[in-house]
Amino acid sequence: MTPNAIEVEDLRVVRGGEEVLHGISLSVPHGLVTGLLGPSGCGKTTLMRAIVGVQIVAGGTVEVLGLPAGSPALRSRVSRHARERVGYVTQAPSVYGDLTVLENLRYFATIVDTGHDRVAEVLDAVGLTGRAGQLTASLSGGERARVSLASALLGRPELLVLDEPTVGLDPVLRAELWEMFHALAATGTTLLVSSHVMDEAAECDRLLLMREGALLEQTTPQMLRDSTGEHDLGRAFLAMIKSAVE
Amino acid sequence: MSLRVTAATAQRVLWQIRHDPRTVAMLLVVPCFLLVLLRYVFDGRPETFQQIGAPLCGLFPFIVMFLVTSITMLRERTTGTLERLMTLPVAKLDLLAGYAIAFGALAAVQAATVCVVGFAVLGLAAPHGAVLIAVLAIANALLGMALGLLVSAFARTEFQAVQFMPALIFPQLLLCGLFVPRSAMAPLLEAVSWALPLTYAYDALARATDPAPLGSALFLDVVAIAAAGFAALALGALTLRRRTA
Repeated sequence: MTPNAIEVEDLRVVRGGEEVLHGISLSVPHGLVTGLLGPSGCGKTTLMRAIVGVQIVAGGTVEVLGLPAGSPALRSRVSRHARERVGYVTQAPSVYGDLTVLENLRYFATIVDTGHDRVAEVLDAVGLTGRAGQLTASLSGGERARVSLASALLGRPELLVLDEPTVGLDPVLRAELWEMFHALAATGTTLLVSSHVMDEAAECDRLLLMREGALLEQTTPQMLRDSTGEHDLGRAFLAMIKSAVE
Repeated sequence: MSLRVTAATAQRVLWQIRHDPRTVAMLLVVPCFLLVLLRYVFDGRPETFQQIGAPLCGLFPFIVMFLVTSITMLRERTTGTLERLMTLPVAKLDLLAGYAIAFGALAAVQAATVCVVGFAVLGLAAPHGAVLIAVLAIANALLGMALGLLVSAFARTEFQAVQFMPALIFPQLLLCGLFVPRSAMAPLLEAVSWALPLTYAYDALARATDPAPLGSALFLDVVAIAAAGFAALALGALTLRRRTA
Protein backbone atom coordinates (compact mmCIF):
# COMPACT_ATOMS: atom_id res chain seq x y z
CA MET A 1 0.00 0.00 0.00
CA THR A 2 1.23 3.47 -0.85
CA PRO A 3 1.76 5.75 2.14
CA ASN A 4 -0.99 8.14 1.05
CA ALA A 5 -4.46 7.55 -0.38
CA ILE A 6 -4.18 10.59 -2.66
CA GLU A 7 -1.05 12.16 -4.13
CA VAL A 8 -1.51 15.28 -6.24
CA GLU A 9 1.54 16.78 -7.94
CA ASP A 10 1.51 20.18 -9.66
CA LEU A 11 -2.11 19.83 -10.81
CA ARG A 12 -3.27 22.44 -13.27
CA VAL A 13 -6.82 22.67 -14.64
CA VAL A 14 -8.05 25.03 -17.33
CA ARG A 15 -11.77 25.66 -17.70
CA GLY A 16 -13.27 27.96 -20.32
CA GLY A 17 -9.81 29.22 -21.32
CA GLU A 18 -8.90 30.22 -17.79
CA GLU A 19 -6.61 28.41 -15.41
CA VAL A 20 -8.66 27.57 -12.29
CA LEU A 21 -6.16 25.36 -10.47
CA HIS A 22 -2.62 26.71 -10.49
CA GLY A 23 -0.27 23.82 -9.87
CA ILE A 24 -1.64 22.19 -6.73
CA SER A 25 0.39 19.59 -4.85
CA LEU A 26 -0.99 17.78 -1.85
CA SER A 27 -1.32 14.44 -0.18
CA VAL A 28 -4.16 12.84 1.75
CA PRO A 29 -3.20 10.09 4.21
CA HIS A 30 -5.11 6.84 4.63
CA GLY A 31 -7.83 6.36 7.21
CA LEU A 32 -8.37 9.96 8.26
CA VAL A 33 -11.02 12.61 7.70
CA THR A 34 -9.32 15.31 5.63
CA GLY A 35 -11.19 18.55 5.20
CA LEU A 36 -10.86 20.61 2.02
CA LEU A 37 -11.77 24.13 3.02
CA GLY A 38 -11.99 27.40 1.23
CA PRO A 39 -14.49 29.94 -0.01
CA SER A 40 -17.01 29.18 -2.74
CA GLY A 41 -15.45 29.24 -6.19
CA CYS A 42 -11.89 28.58 -5.00
CA GLY A 43 -11.65 25.33 -6.97
CA LYS A 44 -12.60 22.69 -4.37
CA THR A 45 -15.05 20.92 -6.66
CA THR A 46 -12.64 21.01 -9.61
CA LEU A 47 -9.93 19.48 -7.43
CA MET A 48 -12.31 16.75 -6.24
CA ARG A 49 -13.41 16.04 -9.81
CA ALA A 50 -9.77 15.64 -10.79
CA ILE A 51 -9.27 13.21 -7.90
CA VAL A 52 -12.20 11.01 -8.92
CA GLY A 53 -11.05 11.22 -12.54
CA VAL A 54 -13.92 13.01 -14.25
CA GLN A 55 -12.11 16.32 -14.80
CA ILE A 56 -10.00 17.00 -17.88
CA VAL A 57 -6.69 18.25 -16.50
CA ALA A 58 -4.13 20.47 -18.21
CA GLY A 59 -1.08 19.23 -16.34
CA GLY A 60 0.35 17.47 -13.32
CA THR A 61 -0.41 14.05 -11.87
CA VAL A 62 -3.15 12.76 -9.60
CA GLU A 63 -2.62 9.38 -8.01
CA VAL A 64 -5.43 7.69 -6.10
CA LEU A 65 -4.85 4.50 -4.07
CA GLY A 66 -1.60 4.05 -5.98
CA LEU A 67 -3.17 4.34 -9.43
CA PRO A 68 -3.61 7.26 -11.83
CA ALA A 69 -6.96 8.98 -11.09
CA GLY A 70 -9.75 7.74 -13.32
CA SER A 71 -8.11 4.34 -14.04
CA PRO A 72 -10.68 1.67 -14.89
CA ALA A 73 -9.19 -0.37 -12.01
CA LEU A 74 -10.44 2.31 -9.60
CA ARG A 75 -14.01 1.79 -10.81
CA SER A 76 -14.05 -1.97 -10.41
CA ARG A 77 -13.49 -4.13 -7.39
CA VAL A 78 -10.78 -6.77 -7.09
CA SER A 79 -13.35 -9.43 -6.22
CA ARG A 80 -17.01 -9.68 -5.30
CA HIS A 81 -16.19 -9.42 -1.61
CA ALA A 82 -13.66 -6.64 -1.92
CA ARG A 83 -14.58 -3.05 -1.14
CA GLU A 84 -15.29 -0.58 -3.85
CA ARG A 85 -12.25 1.64 -4.46
CA VAL A 86 -13.62 5.21 -4.75
CA GLY A 87 -17.00 6.71 -3.86
CA TYR A 88 -17.89 10.21 -4.98
CA VAL A 89 -20.78 12.39 -3.84
CA THR A 90 -21.32 15.56 -5.85
CA GLN A 91 -22.55 18.77 -4.25
CA ALA A 92 -25.88 18.67 -6.08
CA PRO A 93 -27.49 15.31 -5.23
CA SER A 94 -26.90 13.04 -8.23
CA VAL A 95 -29.81 10.67 -7.82
CA TYR A 96 -32.96 10.11 -9.86
CA GLY A 97 -35.72 12.41 -8.66
CA ASP A 98 -38.35 10.35 -10.42
CA LEU A 99 -37.46 7.16 -8.54
CA THR A 100 -38.23 6.32 -4.94
CA VAL A 101 -35.36 6.35 -2.45
CA LEU A 102 -35.36 2.55 -2.41
CA GLU A 103 -35.36 2.28 -6.22
CA ASN A 104 -32.40 4.65 -6.45
CA LEU A 105 -30.42 2.60 -3.96
CA ARG A 106 -31.40 -0.72 -5.55
CA TYR A 107 -30.20 0.50 -8.94
CA PHE A 108 -26.82 1.66 -7.62
CA ALA A 109 -26.56 -1.49 -5.47
CA THR A 110 -26.95 -3.65 -8.58
CA ILE A 111 -24.27 -1.64 -10.37
CA VAL A 112 -21.71 -2.05 -7.59
CA ASP A 113 -22.94 -5.64 -7.17
CA THR A 114 -23.85 -5.58 -3.51
CA GLY A 115 -26.82 -7.23 -1.83
CA HIS A 116 -30.14 -5.69 -0.89
CA ASP A 117 -29.32 -6.12 2.82
CA ARG A 118 -26.64 -3.48 2.26
CA VAL A 119 -29.36 -1.13 0.95
CA ALA A 120 -31.16 -1.40 4.29
CA GLU A 121 -27.88 -0.73 6.14
CA VAL A 122 -27.03 2.47 4.27
CA LEU A 123 -30.62 3.70 4.54
CA ASP A 124 -30.33 3.30 8.27
CA ALA A 125 -26.89 4.93 8.33
CA VAL A 126 -28.22 8.13 6.76
CA GLY A 127 -31.48 8.02 8.73
CA LEU A 128 -33.81 7.59 5.76
CA THR A 129 -35.36 4.19 6.51
CA GLY A 130 -38.75 5.84 7.01
CA ARG A 131 -38.52 7.55 3.62
CA ALA A 132 -37.63 4.47 1.55
CA GLY A 133 -40.87 4.39 -0.42
CA GLN A 134 -41.01 8.11 -1.11
CA LEU A 135 -40.27 9.69 -4.47
CA THR A 136 -36.81 11.26 -4.21
CA ALA A 137 -37.92 14.52 -5.84
CA SER A 138 -40.50 15.00 -3.08
CA LEU A 139 -37.83 15.00 -0.33
CA SER A 140 -36.21 18.07 1.17
CA GLY A 141 -32.82 19.16 -0.19
CA GLY A 142 -31.01 17.73 2.81
CA GLU A 143 -32.79 14.40 2.49
CA ARG A 144 -31.95 14.19 -1.23
CA ALA A 145 -28.33 14.87 -0.38
CA ARG A 146 -28.44 11.94 2.05
CA VAL A 147 -29.87 9.64 -0.62
CA SER A 148 -26.90 10.64 -2.77
CA LEU A 149 -24.52 9.95 0.13
CA ALA A 150 -26.19 6.59 0.86
CA SER A 151 -25.72 5.56 -2.78
CA ALA A 152 -21.99 6.19 -2.48
CA LEU A 153 -21.76 4.19 0.76
CA LEU A 154 -23.24 1.02 -0.79
CA GLY A 155 -19.93 -0.48 -1.95
CA ARG A 156 -18.05 0.46 1.27
CA PRO A 157 -15.50 2.47 -0.76
CA GLU A 158 -11.91 2.70 0.50
CA LEU A 159 -11.87 6.39 -0.42
CA LEU A 160 -14.92 8.62 -0.06
CA VAL A 161 -14.82 11.99 -1.78
CA LEU A 162 -17.67 14.16 -0.47
CA ASP A 163 -18.38 17.58 -1.93
CA GLU A 164 -20.05 19.81 0.69
CA PRO A 165 -22.08 16.96 2.22
CA THR A 166 -23.27 18.93 5.24
CA VAL A 167 -24.29 22.23 3.65
CA GLY A 168 -27.71 23.42 4.69
CA LEU A 169 -28.34 20.54 7.07
CA ASP A 170 -29.94 20.73 10.45
CA PRO A 171 -27.16 21.08 13.10
CA VAL A 172 -28.16 17.84 14.82
CA LEU A 173 -28.02 15.97 11.54
CA ARG A 174 -24.72 17.61 10.68
CA ALA A 175 -23.23 16.41 13.94
CA GLU A 176 -24.54 12.91 13.22
CA LEU A 177 -22.95 12.91 9.79
CA TRP A 178 -19.56 13.98 11.18
CA GLU A 179 -19.89 11.18 13.71
CA MET A 180 -20.53 8.78 10.84
CA PHE A 181 -17.53 10.09 8.89
CA HIS A 182 -15.26 9.44 11.86
CA ALA A 183 -16.79 5.99 12.39
CA LEU A 184 -16.05 5.22 8.73
CA ALA A 185 -12.48 6.48 9.13
CA ALA A 186 -12.10 4.23 12.18
CA THR A 187 -12.87 1.25 9.96
CA GLY A 188 -10.12 2.23 7.54
CA THR A 189 -12.02 4.48 5.13
CA THR A 190 -10.22 7.55 3.86
CA LEU A 191 -12.48 10.61 3.62
CA LEU A 192 -11.96 13.83 1.75
CA VAL A 193 -14.73 16.25 2.72
CA SER A 194 -15.09 19.75 1.32
CA SER A 195 -16.79 22.68 2.97
CA HIS A 196 -16.83 26.44 2.66
CA VAL A 197 -17.82 26.80 6.32
CA MET A 198 -14.75 27.15 8.53
CA ASP A 199 -16.73 25.87 11.55
CA GLU A 200 -16.52 22.45 9.98
CA ALA A 201 -12.73 22.55 9.96
CA ALA A 202 -12.77 21.68 13.67
CA GLU A 203 -14.38 18.33 12.80
CA CYS A 204 -11.52 17.23 10.55
CA ASP A 205 -8.32 15.34 11.41
CA ARG A 206 -6.38 17.18 8.74
CA LEU A 207 -7.02 20.33 6.73
CA LEU A 208 -6.30 21.42 3.20
CA LEU A 209 -6.88 25.16 2.89
CA MET A 210 -7.57 26.55 -0.55
CA ARG A 211 -8.05 30.00 -1.97
CA GLU A 212 -8.31 31.24 -5.57
CA GLY A 213 -7.22 28.01 -7.20
CA ALA A 214 -4.17 27.49 -5.02
CA LEU A 215 -3.45 25.41 -1.94
CA LEU A 216 -2.49 27.66 0.97
CA GLU A 217 -1.65 25.10 3.60
CA GLN A 218 -1.79 21.43 4.62
CA THR A 219 -2.27 21.42 8.34
CA THR A 220 -4.40 20.24 11.26
CA PRO A 221 -6.94 22.29 13.23
CA GLN A 222 -4.58 22.43 16.21
CA MET A 223 -1.55 23.42 14.15
CA LEU A 224 -3.59 26.16 12.48
CA ARG A 225 -4.64 27.53 15.87
CA ASP A 226 -1.09 27.34 17.22
CA SER A 227 0.56 28.98 14.22
CA THR A 228 -1.87 31.89 14.12
CA GLY A 229 -2.65 32.26 17.79
CA GLU A 230 -6.38 32.37 16.96
CA HIS A 231 -8.71 29.89 18.63
CA ASP A 232 -11.55 30.46 16.17
CA LEU A 233 -10.68 28.61 12.96
CA GLY A 234 -12.41 31.17 10.74
CA ARG A 235 -10.22 33.91 12.23
CA ALA A 236 -7.19 31.65 12.02
CA PHE A 237 -7.84 31.12 8.29
CA LEU A 238 -8.10 34.87 7.79
CA ALA A 239 -4.91 35.47 9.76
CA MET A 240 -3.13 32.91 7.68
CA ILE A 241 -4.27 34.51 4.41
CA LYS A 242 -3.12 37.90 5.70
CA SER A 243 0.30 36.65 6.65
CA ALA A 244 0.59 34.87 3.28
CA VAL A 245 -0.24 38.08 1.40
CA GLU A 246 2.22 40.16 3.39
CA MET B 1 -20.15 -4.92 -20.78
CA SER B 2 -22.27 -6.50 -18.04
CA LEU B 3 -25.69 -8.10 -18.45
CA ARG B 4 -26.45 -7.28 -14.82
CA VAL B 5 -25.87 -3.56 -15.29
CA THR B 6 -27.66 -3.50 -18.66
CA ALA B 7 -30.75 -5.20 -17.22
CA ALA B 8 -30.68 -2.96 -14.14
CA THR B 9 -30.48 0.14 -16.34
CA ALA B 10 -33.43 -0.99 -18.47
CA GLN B 11 -35.41 -1.69 -15.32
CA ARG B 12 -34.44 1.68 -13.85
CA VAL B 13 -35.63 3.57 -16.94
CA LEU B 14 -38.93 1.65 -16.84
CA TRP B 15 -39.26 2.45 -13.12
CA GLN B 16 -38.81 6.13 -13.95
CA ILE B 17 -41.48 5.98 -16.64
CA ARG B 18 -43.85 4.08 -14.35
CA HIS B 19 -43.71 6.94 -11.85
CA ASP B 20 -44.99 9.25 -14.57
CA PRO B 21 -48.34 7.72 -15.57
CA ARG B 22 -49.46 10.88 -17.33
CA THR B 23 -46.56 10.62 -19.79
CA VAL B 24 -47.33 6.95 -20.38
CA ALA B 25 -50.99 7.76 -21.02
CA MET B 26 -50.04 10.52 -23.45
CA LEU B 27 -47.53 8.26 -25.21
CA LEU B 28 -50.34 5.83 -25.89
CA VAL B 29 -53.32 8.12 -26.40
CA VAL B 30 -51.90 11.03 -28.43
CA PRO B 31 -50.84 9.04 -31.55
CA CYS B 32 -54.24 7.32 -31.60
CA PHE B 33 -56.01 10.63 -31.22
CA LEU B 34 -54.01 12.15 -34.10
CA LEU B 35 -54.83 9.15 -36.26
CA VAL B 36 -58.55 9.52 -35.54
CA LEU B 37 -58.25 13.23 -36.31
CA LEU B 38 -56.55 12.43 -39.61
CA ARG B 39 -59.27 9.91 -40.46
CA TYR B 40 -61.96 12.59 -40.26
CA VAL B 41 -59.84 15.36 -41.79
CA PHE B 42 -59.64 13.13 -44.86
CA ASP B 43 -63.25 12.02 -44.44
CA GLY B 44 -64.01 12.61 -48.11
CA ARG B 45 -60.67 11.25 -49.35
CA PRO B 46 -60.15 7.81 -47.80
CA GLU B 47 -57.34 7.01 -50.25
CA THR B 48 -55.30 9.93 -48.89
CA PHE B 49 -55.92 8.74 -45.34
CA GLN B 50 -54.63 5.31 -46.34
CA GLN B 51 -51.61 6.85 -48.07
CA ILE B 52 -50.58 9.01 -45.10
CA GLY B 53 -52.24 7.36 -42.09
CA ALA B 54 -50.95 3.83 -42.65
CA PRO B 55 -47.22 4.72 -42.78
CA LEU B 56 -47.74 7.23 -39.97
CA CYS B 57 -48.64 4.32 -37.64
CA GLY B 58 -45.03 3.21 -37.96
CA LEU B 59 -43.54 6.71 -37.73
CA PHE B 60 -45.16 7.90 -34.49
CA PRO B 61 -42.86 5.77 -32.31
CA PHE B 62 -39.83 7.20 -34.12
CA ILE B 63 -40.86 10.79 -33.35
CA VAL B 64 -41.91 10.13 -29.77
CA MET B 65 -38.87 8.07 -28.80
CA PHE B 66 -36.57 10.69 -30.27
CA LEU B 67 -38.09 13.29 -27.99
CA VAL B 68 -38.38 11.12 -24.88
CA THR B 69 -34.82 9.83 -25.15
CA SER B 70 -33.22 13.18 -25.81
CA ILE B 71 -34.89 14.66 -22.73
CA THR B 72 -34.19 11.65 -20.49
CA MET B 73 -30.53 11.63 -21.51
CA LEU B 74 -30.24 15.38 -21.13
CA ARG B 75 -31.58 15.05 -17.58
CA GLU B 76 -29.05 12.31 -16.93
CA ARG B 77 -26.32 14.73 -18.01
CA THR B 78 -27.58 17.83 -16.17
CA THR B 79 -28.51 16.23 -12.83
CA GLY B 80 -25.09 14.64 -12.45
CA THR B 81 -26.35 11.05 -12.51
CA LEU B 82 -24.40 10.42 -15.72
CA GLU B 83 -21.25 11.67 -14.02
CA ARG B 84 -21.92 9.36 -11.07
CA LEU B 85 -22.44 6.41 -13.41
CA MET B 86 -19.17 7.27 -15.15
CA THR B 87 -17.33 6.87 -11.83
CA LEU B 88 -18.95 3.44 -11.32
CA PRO B 89 -18.28 0.13 -13.07
CA VAL B 90 -20.74 0.98 -15.86
CA ALA B 91 -19.71 0.51 -19.49
CA LYS B 92 -21.14 2.97 -21.99
CA LEU B 93 -22.61 0.01 -23.84
CA ASP B 94 -24.46 -1.07 -20.66
CA LEU B 95 -26.11 2.31 -20.54
CA LEU B 96 -26.97 2.44 -24.25
CA ALA B 97 -28.26 -1.13 -24.33
CA GLY B 98 -30.29 -0.58 -21.16
CA TYR B 99 -31.91 2.46 -22.72
CA ALA B 100 -32.57 0.58 -25.96
CA ILE B 101 -34.29 -2.29 -24.12
CA ALA B 102 -36.49 0.00 -22.02
CA PHE B 103 -37.49 2.34 -24.83
CA GLY B 104 -37.84 -0.58 -27.25
CA ALA B 105 -40.35 -2.15 -24.87
CA LEU B 106 -42.22 1.13 -24.54
CA ALA B 107 -42.21 1.54 -28.33
CA ALA B 108 -43.61 -1.97 -28.73
CA VAL B 109 -46.60 -1.10 -26.53
CA GLN B 110 -47.09 2.18 -28.36
CA ALA B 111 -46.81 0.55 -31.79
CA ALA B 112 -49.28 -2.16 -30.81
CA THR B 113 -51.82 0.43 -29.60
CA VAL B 114 -51.51 2.63 -32.69
CA CYS B 115 -51.72 -0.37 -35.02
CA VAL B 116 -54.85 -1.72 -33.33
CA VAL B 117 -56.54 1.68 -33.65
CA GLY B 118 -55.33 2.28 -37.21
CA PHE B 119 -55.82 -1.12 -38.78
CA ALA B 120 -58.58 -2.71 -36.69
CA VAL B 121 -60.69 0.30 -35.72
CA LEU B 122 -60.19 2.92 -38.45
CA GLY B 123 -60.02 0.39 -41.26
CA LEU B 124 -56.57 1.20 -42.68
CA ALA B 125 -55.31 -1.54 -45.00
CA ALA B 126 -52.24 -3.57 -44.15
CA PRO B 127 -51.92 -5.92 -47.11
CA HIS B 128 -48.88 -7.65 -45.61
CA GLY B 129 -50.26 -7.75 -42.06
CA ALA B 130 -50.30 -5.14 -39.30
CA VAL B 131 -47.62 -7.08 -37.46
CA LEU B 132 -45.08 -6.09 -40.12
CA ILE B 133 -45.98 -2.42 -39.54
CA ALA B 134 -45.62 -2.88 -35.78
CA VAL B 135 -42.20 -4.52 -36.17
CA LEU B 136 -41.04 -1.71 -38.47
CA ALA B 137 -42.43 0.78 -35.93
CA ILE B 138 -40.23 -0.72 -33.20
CA ALA B 139 -37.18 -0.59 -35.48
CA ASN B 140 -37.98 3.05 -36.24
CA ALA B 141 -38.47 3.77 -32.53
CA LEU B 142 -34.97 2.42 -31.81
CA LEU B 143 -33.62 4.62 -34.61
CA GLY B 144 -35.40 7.61 -33.05
CA MET B 145 -33.94 6.68 -29.66
CA ALA B 146 -30.42 6.49 -31.07
CA LEU B 147 -30.77 9.89 -32.73
CA GLY B 148 -32.28 11.39 -29.57
CA LEU B 149 -29.38 10.10 -27.53
CA LEU B 150 -26.92 11.67 -29.94
CA VAL B 151 -28.55 15.10 -30.08
CA SER B 152 -28.94 15.24 -26.29
CA ALA B 153 -25.20 15.90 -26.19
CA PHE B 154 -25.73 19.13 -28.12
CA ALA B 155 -28.45 20.55 -25.88
CA ARG B 156 -27.71 22.41 -22.66
CA THR B 157 -31.33 22.78 -21.58
CA GLU B 158 -34.63 20.99 -22.10
CA PHE B 159 -35.85 23.98 -24.13
CA GLN B 160 -33.02 23.37 -26.58
CA ALA B 161 -33.66 19.63 -26.65
CA VAL B 162 -37.30 20.20 -27.58
CA GLN B 163 -36.21 22.50 -30.43
CA PHE B 164 -34.29 19.64 -32.04
CA MET B 165 -37.64 18.14 -32.93
CA PRO B 166 -38.66 20.89 -35.43
CA ALA B 167 -35.02 21.39 -36.39
CA LEU B 168 -34.10 17.79 -37.16
CA ILE B 169 -37.27 15.71 -37.39
CA PHE B 170 -39.72 17.97 -39.27
CA PRO B 171 -37.42 18.43 -42.29
CA GLN B 172 -36.97 14.68 -42.45
CA LEU B 173 -40.74 14.19 -42.32
CA LEU B 174 -41.18 16.69 -45.18
CA LEU B 175 -38.45 15.11 -47.30
CA CYS B 176 -39.14 11.42 -46.64
CA GLY B 177 -41.92 11.15 -49.23
CA LEU B 178 -44.84 10.93 -46.83
CA PHE B 179 -46.57 14.08 -48.06
CA VAL B 180 -45.12 14.44 -51.55
CA PRO B 181 -43.39 11.73 -53.59
CA ARG B 182 -39.66 12.37 -53.49
CA SER B 183 -39.48 12.25 -57.29
CA ALA B 184 -41.71 15.35 -57.41
CA MET B 185 -39.36 17.42 -55.20
CA ALA B 186 -36.72 19.85 -56.36
CA PRO B 187 -33.76 17.70 -57.50
CA LEU B 188 -31.53 19.04 -54.76
CA LEU B 189 -34.05 18.07 -52.05
CA GLU B 190 -34.48 14.63 -53.56
CA ALA B 191 -30.72 14.19 -53.45
CA VAL B 192 -30.63 15.32 -49.81
CA SER B 193 -33.46 12.92 -48.90
CA TRP B 194 -31.23 9.96 -49.79
CA ALA B 195 -28.96 10.91 -46.89
CA LEU B 196 -31.74 11.15 -44.27
CA PRO B 197 -32.54 8.10 -42.11
CA LEU B 198 -36.27 8.79 -41.98
CA THR B 199 -36.45 8.37 -45.78
CA TYR B 200 -35.69 4.67 -45.35
CA ALA B 201 -38.04 4.34 -42.39
CA TYR B 202 -40.85 5.79 -44.49
CA ASP B 203 -39.92 3.80 -47.60
CA ALA B 204 -40.14 0.53 -45.64
CA LEU B 205 -43.56 1.51 -44.26
CA ALA B 206 -44.82 2.62 -47.70
CA ARG B 207 -43.87 -0.79 -49.09
CA ALA B 208 -45.42 -2.59 -46.11
CA THR B 209 -48.74 -0.76 -46.64
CA ASP B 210 -48.76 -1.24 -50.42
CA PRO B 211 -50.46 -4.32 -51.92
CA ALA B 212 -47.55 -4.89 -54.35
CA PRO B 213 -45.42 -7.94 -53.46
CA LEU B 214 -42.57 -7.21 -51.06
CA GLY B 215 -39.19 -7.29 -52.73
CA SER B 216 -35.62 -6.98 -51.58
CA ALA B 217 -36.09 -3.19 -51.40
CA LEU B 218 -37.86 -3.57 -48.05
CA PHE B 219 -34.92 -5.59 -46.78
CA LEU B 220 -32.49 -2.91 -47.95
CA ASP B 221 -34.59 -0.27 -46.17
CA VAL B 222 -34.35 -2.25 -42.93
CA VAL B 223 -30.60 -2.56 -43.38
CA ALA B 224 -30.38 1.22 -43.88
CA ILE B 225 -32.49 1.84 -40.73
CA ALA B 226 -30.27 -0.49 -38.70
CA ALA B 227 -27.08 1.03 -40.10
CA ALA B 228 -28.26 4.57 -39.32
CA GLY B 229 -29.32 3.47 -35.83
CA PHE B 230 -25.98 1.86 -35.03
CA ALA B 231 -24.07 4.82 -36.47
CA ALA B 232 -26.06 7.22 -34.27
CA LEU B 233 -25.51 4.98 -31.22
CA ALA B 234 -21.78 4.80 -31.89
CA LEU B 235 -21.58 8.59 -32.24
CA GLY B 236 -23.78 8.93 -29.14
CA ALA B 237 -21.38 6.68 -27.22
CA LEU B 238 -18.57 9.05 -28.16
CA THR B 239 -20.46 11.88 -26.48
CA LEU B 240 -20.66 9.94 -23.19
CA ARG B 241 -17.38 11.13 -21.77
CA ARG B 242 -15.90 9.92 -18.52
CA ARG B 243 -13.86 13.10 -18.29
CA THR B 244 -15.35 16.48 -19.02
CA ALA B 245 -14.18 20.07 -18.78
